[in-house]
Amino acid sequence: MQILRNNHWLMTVLVLVGVIVLWEVLPPALGVPRFIIPTFSQTLDELGRMWRQEDLLANTASTALFTVLGFVLGSVLGAAIGYLLGMSEFWEKVLSPYILALQIAPKVAFAPLFIMWFGFNSMPKLLVTVLIVFFPVLVNVLQAMKTVDRDILNLARAYTLTRWQIFWKVQFPSTLPSLMAGLRIASTLAVIGVTVGELVGGNTGLGFLISFGSGQANAAMVFNAIILLTLIGIALYSVLTWVEARLLHYIPRSDH
Amino acid sequence: MALEYRGVRKEFHTAKGGALTAVKDITFRVEEGEFVAVVGPSGCGKSTLLSMTAGLYQPTAGEVLVSNEPVTGPNAHVGFMLQKDLLLPWRSILANIEFGLEARGVPRAIRRERAMRELAHCHLAGFENHYPYQLSGGMRQRAALARTLAIDPEIILLDEPFSALDAQTKLLLQNSFGKTIAAAKKTTLLITHDLSEAVLMSDRILILSERPGTIVAEIRVDLPHRDEPLKRRLMPEVGQYAAQLFQHLKLEEKADAA
Repeated sequence: MQILRNNHWLMTVLVLVGVIVLWEVLPPALGVPRFIIPTFSQTLDELGRMWRQEDLLANTASTALFTVLGFVLGSVLGAAIGYLLGMSEFWEKVLSPYILALQIAPKVAFAPLFIMWFGFNSMPKLLVTVLIVFFPVLVNVLQAMKTVDRDILNLARAYTLTRWQIFWKVQFPSTLPSLMAGLRIASTLAVIGVTVGELVGGNTGLGFLISFGSGQANAAMVFNAIILLTLIGIALYSVLTWVEARLLHYIPRSDH
Repeated sequence: MALEYRGVRKEFHTAKGGALTAVKDITFRVEEGEFVAVVGPSGCGKSTLLSMTAGLYQPTAGEVLVSNEPVTGPNAHVGFMLQKDLLLPWRSILANIEFGLEARGVPRAIRRERAMRELAHCHLAGFENHYPYQLSGGMRQRAALARTLAIDPEIILLDEPFSALDAQTKLLLQNSFGKTIAAAKKTTLLITHDLSEAVLMSDRILILSERPGTIVAEIRVDLPHRDEPLKRRLMPEVGQYAAQLFQHLKLEEKADAA
C-alpha cells in the first residue's frame, strides 16, 4: 500500500482498470442487455465498426474542428467586447442588464432557431458554440478590467503613458489570469455547444452519431461518441492549461 | 526644482451629494534639494496633496507649482512612491525599473543602461532577472525606488513608503533611501505618520491638522546626517523633536480622551 500512497498516478490508473473490469463483468452478470449497457469489449468492437463503416475519423475531425473554431471565434469576440466595455464605464452600465439576461438565457435553446434561420448546415452549430463560449470570457474579462489596481493605473498615468500603452502594458497583463480562467471554462462549454448543434440538426460529427446511434438502439455507438467528445474537450483544456502555465509563470504556485 | 503650494484646497463630492473638504489653505514651499516631511493624523488629506502634485487631479482652489509652473496634469518632473511597491508582477525587476521610461520614447539600449545603473544604486545588482514575487518586501520597495529614480524626476514624492515593512528593514531602508536621495540631490516630499521617521529623514517637518487638513506647525530639524538616518537616530535631540511633534498633534489629549 505504501507504494500506492506515494504514487497517485499509479492509483489513478488502477482505478481505471477497476472500472473497466466492472464494466466488462457486471452488465452480463446482472442480465442487462447490450442495447442498454454494452460491455467494454462490445463498445471497443463497435468503435472498430464505426471506424470502418461510419466514417468515424471524418466525423471526429469535423467535431474537433468546429469545437476549436467556435471556441476561438467566441473567445476573441467575448474578450474584445469585454475589454471595450471595461474601458467605458458608461457603455458597461448601459448594456449590463442585457448582458446579464443573455448570460442567463440557456444558449443551447437557440439551436433550433439557428437551424430555422440557416438550415441544416454547419452554421447553426458554429453559432451555438460561439454564443456559449462568448459569455464566460466576456464576463471574466469585464470583471477583471473593473478590478485592475487603481494605484498602478495612476502610476502609469503619472508616467504619462498613453491610454493605448496603459492598456497593453498594464490592463491587459493584469487581466490575463482572469482571461485564462474564462477560456478554460469556455473550452469545456465549446464541446457542449457543438454537440447540441449536431444533435439537433446535423448530418456530420459525433453529435450526429449520437442521435443516429440512439435511433438504432446502438448504445455502444453512443458510448463511443461520448468518450471521443470528452477526449476532444480534454485536449482543448490541456492545451489551455499548458499555455496558461507558460504565460502566468510569474505567479508563484504552492506545491501540494 | 522647487515645489510650491499656494492656497491649495481640495473638495471631493460624497456619494450623498455633499462636499467633503480634504485639505484647505495649504501654502508652503519645498526648496530645491530639500527634504520635507508631512505628518498628520490619518485621514487628514496627506495623500491628496501627493495626488495633486503628481497631477492626477487638480486642486479645487489654489495652485501646485513645480519650479514656478502650475501642475496641470501628469508630468515628467515628478516621481512618486506609495506604501505598495506597485511593481508589475509579470515583469522582471529590470523591466519594472524600465517601465517609467517607456512612455518617453527612450531607446531600448539606453533604457536598459539607466535601469541597470539605478538597480546598482539601490543595491539590487544581480536581481535584474528576478520577478517581484521572488523578492522580500524591503527589496521590492528598493526596486520601486530604482524605478522612480530611473525617470530622473526633479521631485520625489514618498507616501508612507516604509509603513508596510518590519522594524529592522524599515531602519535599513530609511538609511538607504536617505543616502540615495541625498546623493541624487532630489527635492523630496515625504508623507508619513511615523514621527521618528520624519525627524530622521527630513530637513523640515510640516504638521497637518485633522480633516480638513491644514498646516498647524512647521519644525526645522537642525541636525546633521540627513543622508544617514541611522547615524541621526543615535543623537539625543531626536527624542526632543519627536516630543515636539507629539505635542503639536495633541496626542496626549487624545490619549486621555481615549
